[in-house]
Amino acid sequence: MNQGVRPSSAGGAIDLRGVTKLYGGLRVVDDISLSIRPGEFFSLLGPSGSGKTTTLMMVAGFADVDRGAVDVDGVDVADLPPQKRGFGMVFQNYAIFPHLNVFENVAFPLRARHRPEPEIREKVNRALDLVQLGSFASRFARQLSGGQQQRVAIARAIVFEPRLVLMDEPLGALDKNLRYDMQVEIKEIQRRLGMTVVYVTHDQEEAMNMSDRIAILNRGRVEQVGAPAEVYERPQNAFVARFLGEANLLAGTVSAQAADCAVLRVGEHSFRARLAAPIETGQPASLFVRPERVLLEAEAGTDEAWNHVGGEVRRASFLGNIVRYLVQVGPSLAMRIDAQNAGPAPFAVGARVFLKWAVADSLLLVE
Amino acid sequence: MPERSSRVLPIYVAAACFVLLAPIVIVCVISFGGDGYLKFPPDSFSLKWFAAFFGDSRWRQSLISSALIALIACVISTVIGFLAAYALVRAEMRAKKFILSLMLMPIIVPTVITAIAMYFLTAKFGLVGNMLWIGFCHAIIALPIVLLILLSALQGVDPNLERAALGLGASRLRVFFKVVIPIAWPGVVSAALFAYLASFDELIISLFLAGARAQTLPVRIWNSLHLDIEPTIAAAATFLIALTGAILIADGAVRWLRGRSVGSTQP
Amino acid sequence: MRREAFWRDPAILVYPAIAFLVIGFVIPLTWFFVATLSEIGGPSAILGQVVSIASSRAVVSALITTNWIALLVTALTLLAGYPIAYYLSTGNRLRFTLVLFCIVVPYFTSVIVRTYSWMVLLGRNGVINQALLSLGVIDAPLPLLYNKLGVVIGMTYVLLPYMILTLYAAMKAIDPSYMRAGLALGASRTYAFRRIYLPLSAHGAISGSLIVFILAIGFFITPALMGGPSDVMIAMLIERSVEIMLDWQGAAIMSLLLLALTLVLFAIYYRVTDVRRMMGA
Repeated sequence: MNQGVRPSSAGGAIDLRGVTKLYGGLRVVDDISLSIRPGEFFSLLGPSGSGKTTTLMMVAGFADVDRGAVDVDGVDVADLPPQKRGFGMVFQNYAIFPHLNVFENVAFPLRARHRPEPEIREKVNRALDLVQLGSFASRFARQLSGGQQQRVAIARAIVFEPRLVLMDEPLGALDKNLRYDMQVEIKEIQRRLGMTVVYVTHDQEEAMNMSDRIAILNRGRVEQVGAPAEVYERPQNAFVARFLGEANLLAGTVSAQAADCAVLRVGEHSFRARLAAPIETGQPASLFVRPERVLLEAEAGTDEAWNHVGGEVRRASFLGNIVRYLVQVGPSLAMRIDAQNAGPAPFAVGARVFLKWAVADSLLLVE
Repeated sequence: MPERSSRVLPIYVAAACFVLLAPIVIVCVISFGGDGYLKFPPDSFSLKWFAAFFGDSRWRQSLISSALIALIACVISTVIGFLAAYALVRAEMRAKKFILSLMLMPIIVPTVITAIAMYFLTAKFGLVGNMLWIGFCHAIIALPIVLLILLSALQGVDPNLERAALGLGASRLRVFFKVVIPIAWPGVVSAALFAYLASFDELIISLFLAGARAQTLPVRIWNSLHLDIEPTIAAAATFLIALTGAILIADGAVRWLRGRSVGSTQP
Repeated sequence: MRREAFWRDPAILVYPAIAFLVIGFVIPLTWFFVATLSEIGGPSAILGQVVSIASSRAVVSALITTNWIALLVTALTLLAGYPIAYYLSTGNRLRFTLVLFCIVVPYFTSVIVRTYSWMVLLGRNGVINQALLSLGVIDAPLPLLYNKLGVVIGMTYVLLPYMILTLYAAMKAIDPSYMRAGLALGASRTYAFRRIYLPLSAHGAISGSLIVFILAIGFFITPALMGGPSDVMIAMLIERSVEIMLDWQGAAIMSLLLLALTLVLFAIYYRVTDVRRMMGA
């Protein structure tokens, strides 16, 4: 594979300092501060309306920053229009110019910069090879599939060797299988060229698959920033816990606490959990545990390092690689358990079962 | 996008809007003038040209002729146009684009040619001055307008609503009256309004077919402009402008009502 | 049961309109041409008459005037309308409504009223001459009316909304992300406009120009009222043949020439445009 397209230089560090965007009285982006490192694959993840695209548009220069500042490599870019910022950009609908063929689409940023013709030819061909579209140079957008159009958009965004590439839900319009392949491909290109990528998505699997770090946004604010495993395993609040996959959240009150551990009273049950943040005894809180961390057994256990509770299987859904159970453990308390589809035969609906999960896997969250 | 473009474009557009509206506004203003001749700006204001306009039996007669002829044209073109638009939107038809182009011909073929051809026939059958016949001929000119408005209105009606109604056991006829018309009515009203306006404003066909008996308002204005440019024309023109304004307002109101009552299926 | 079958296929609902057009439009036109031309004699006689009329001084000069004025008006509406349509397609809602109002009001106002308005403005004692005289810019009234200038001004005014609405329909269909992508990839505003927006809107410019030209060559009211003795357009010549000279054959032959020109242009328009979107409907 060709190594010809390289980032212009190290660089591409972005600092968002208290960035705020107002639409009418509404703060669609509310005081966001983030530091994105050079060469990092950084995702902005959130539901629709969380302000992730608006944040990206402010970095790109298509939306004004109402308060705060965006620094790129230490320089405030507020006064630079989008065309002067020199970032690569990939749009959700690809925005492949319909009147230009693939070659001319990819050549566009170079022609706009008045590069000499031989250089254009060389760089465009390299970029097209990189996205495996070398033989499609003379086609038009309408003759390409969605995945191919997206490859053209990516080639166009990297052909001029930007230090920073912005991607706004680039895979949103593709079907699920193709999406995974493209994730791998984008990540591979980024790794090879070493540029910074800021990636907007609402798909948590996509963000976790590709990112070095993820910022989870909700209602214009950053809920948590961290590496994929960190935000998944150690969410800082219930929103993050729920947004990044299935989660059991058992609401109760803190009845006792030790150094890094607390006891939560949930109905007639008491569970132990680690503390995500300091909390006072008597406060309401939720116990968080991922469904795949809960084990289902036929007999009651007693191990001190685990939480234990008995219950009755209400529902068992066969999902292929896993079996998802819903177990009633109290009058108004049910838990979700994902069991690997391996080992012994699954439990039937109505069966009496015993649940256990490690205290180390339990986290106490404040709503 | 931040507004970084130059100020030239907004200034140009503002100037262009001024030029587009100014002639119409000026005619309205001078029609309220109180001087002995047309003058802008008028030294004094009065309603005397309107008094002359409504007081003159020939002007009044032309107004009545126009109103009647437009009513006939509006009814014929709206009914026929609605059926055709529905067929063009819903039916599986070969040569749909061709049929539509054929139906748009009356606004493509120069009206002078259409008018002379109609006159040629009209004179043979002694129908010159027959309001019903003039209304029929105006409906030909109004049909393309009705069709264009209703095509875009009916494209906003989800065909699944009709399929659902048919699936629930309603007959085609019932679906037509209970589903299609209630959903499309704002489009129908707006088509009818503009058909009325098109006929009311039509000059060339009327010029040939009206004779002395059924002179319409535009024909009367035309004759005045050719013979003696009496200031009453300004009042007549203002009346036509007011009619246009009223129809635009009515159309806006219908669209607004529709936007409120039905969840809009159309931008 | 029979009734149900009648309503099953909505295609039949198009027949009343077709019948109506045939009776009120196709038959009168055909009858007119057949009846008047057949009086001339056989096909060769008709052809001879067509050639002699088409090459007569009056018709040649009217055709030249017609095409020249139509070309001028088309170019002017395109130049004047393009920025307005662009502004409409990019503006916010309030701006859009205000500008659209200024286009739609004249668009739906009667042609004779619009023509009259410009006569009031451009006349010897019209508003413009009065204003310029009282400001001392000129000493004698300018000849703005009853000449080619007046016709071009009046027709440009009348046809401008058609151009703007056609252009607007085409521009609205241009995804704004193309321009954004262009800017994001480093193109200057002018470069992105020239390389992206202009080619993407060219289609609308062609459609708009064709429809304005088609309407302009058949124009009658405005040139008849605002033109001078030498500004005779073909539609006026046709009307005069019937009204004044009672020359039906001449009128029919000239109509045939104008009709042929119109239909050829419409055939081109038909190929390049979606007729359902005609005039920005």
